[in-house]
Amino acid sequence: MTGRATGATRLTIGFIPLADAAALIVAADRGFAAEEGLDLDLVREVSWSNVRDKLNIGLLDAAHLLAPLAVASSLGLGHIKVPLTVPFNLALNGNAITVSPALWSALADAADGDIADAAVSARALARVVAQRKARGALPLTLGMTFPFSHHNYQLRFWMAAGGVVPDDDVQLVVLPPPYMAESLASGHVDGFCVGAPWSSAAVDLGTGRILHFGAEIVARAAEKVLAVRQCWADEQPQLVARLVRALERAAAFVAEPANRDEVARLVAAPARLGVTAEIIRRTVDGRLRVAGDGSVRASDRYLVIGRLGANRPDPVQAAWAYAQMVRWGQAPLTPALQAAATGVFRPDLYDSAARSHAGILVGEPADGIGEFAGAAFDPRDIAGYLAGWPIRRS
Amino acid sequence: MTGKPLISAPAEAALKVLVIDKDPIRRAILDAGLREAGLANVVLLGETTGLLQHVYRIDPDVILIDLENPSRDVLEQMFQVSRVVRRPIAMFVDQSDRETTQSAIEAGVSAYIVDGLKKERIKGILELSILRFNAVARLQDELDRAKTALEERKTIDRAKGILMQVKGLTEDQAYALLRKTAMNEKRKIAEVAQAVITASELLK
Repeated sequence: MTGRATGATRLTIGFIPLADAAALIVAADRGFAAEEGLDLDLVREVSWSNVRDKLNIGLLDAAHLLAPLAVASSLGLGHIKVPLTVPFNLALNGNAITVSPALWSALADAADGDIADAAVSARALARVVAQRKARGALPLTLGMTFPFSHHNYQLRFWMAAGGVVPDDDVQLVVLPPPYMAESLASGHVDGFCVGAPWSSAAVDLGTGRILHFGAEIVARAAEKVLAVRQCWADEQPQLVARLVRALERAAAFVAEPANRDEVARLVAAPARLGVTAEIIRRTVDGRLRVAGDGSVRASDRYLVIGRLGANRPDPVQAAWAYAQMVRWGQAPLTPALQAAATGVFRPDLYDSAARSHAGILVGEPADGIGEFAGAAFDPRDIAGYLAGWPIRRS
Repeated sequence: MTGKPLISAPAEAALKVLVIDKDPIRRAILDAGLREAGLANVVLLGETTGLLQHVYRIDPDVILIDLENPSRDVLEQMFQVSRVVRRPIAMFVDQSDRETTQSAIEAGVSAYIVDGLKKERIKGILELSILRFNAVARLQDELDRAKTALEERKTIDRAKGILMQVKGLTEDQAYALLRKTAMNEKRKIAEVAQAVITASELLK
């Protein structure tokens, strides 16, 4: 491992073995952190709860974190309130909805068009749910990785757009990502939404079929962020700036197609994800085998790191995550909570530290989100946005 | 934390405690500790498939889970208000006693309680778990060190044998040579011994 600099500032950073930790891993293992005088000690964790708790009590200086969890922790949802600060966005998108071959066939039979279209598949899901209800079958069980995650929100957004009431019509369960593929095989779940490379793992095992990339549900979703405690960031702004610069350079390295073999090798290493480099290569290429028959789906939006202005934390993203929490009954809608939520994402910290700035982004969704259905998202009117969705818990 | 936490009040002894830990030894040690402390209602769970169903069936007042367990995130779901949750569960976080929470995380255990249960009532249980978790970690550490020592001893014996054969040394001389080389190179004797073995295999 390269990048150990003498006299460097040592930072302990927690991560979950997922491909969207690539910028962090490359920063640590390819010298970008060392160039900023940082020695990153990356600690692999097994649960988001661990990452959150260890960050909260200071066992970790920083963490690779679910963007909605950074917001939830700052609002005190589901746990004690520990205000966090996000100076860098590690990845946009990267999730996929994967279903069992049986559910895929049922959806295909019920579809009124091409189920690669999320609107068609969501309506098909509503029909499958109704058929099961009519014959007295158990509701479908769908897995996601954490209550405060885009896996949860993207699944819910998708099915609700088709008329399925997530809390009544299906059972949503939290499952650790490494158990997903196996849970499909055992019939414990009928489908799930998870980050890379776990959908590909299910396809490779023959237990799952990728139905949608997360980007087909929401075109631009802040997936994982680098989170630090707000007090920690306030006390040492220079350290935050060095970390941002190291990650910026690492993310640019990840984004360069010529580096993909090396990125895949670094990310797949035993101490990092501990998987084959090939499965990571598929992820960074955005070319995924979606079914056992070898069919492939490709999208340059599948996982976005260091491109399309992904690095810069966007408060609209925090507002969207907060709106989902309100929609699904996890948080009340108040101006104070909304202000606290959007304040977690700090583009100012990014701007003052970063070397390059993405100018105007051409071809990105105008509202910064790009949901596949419904009106554009407006952070100034979350109540109005939610009123447009009859299926909600608030 | 000093002394042995006592759980003497009958109300505490009646609490149903669910221990979720994949490590059978630590599970048993924690179970014994809780029972010694007077808790008669302890349920052990090593398997985490379908964890929520188990939790609903067992319906515990307190849940203890090891932090190496990926299924910890599954429990977080129980904080959510949902139809499937019979009794809402909350994580044990005592804002007034940050030290206990911190010790627990450092020891590798986390506690969840039925919402509404007074935190003081389970503090003894958590403190006992922390002590037991730390004790198991120390045992594990000693075991690892003993294993390493045994491995190193075997390596050194092999290297001595090679030196005795190749250089015609006595056992004491072979050991003295290894030790002297290790001191000169500021390395461990076992490392030098490993180098001797590697070199001899290359020269075969």
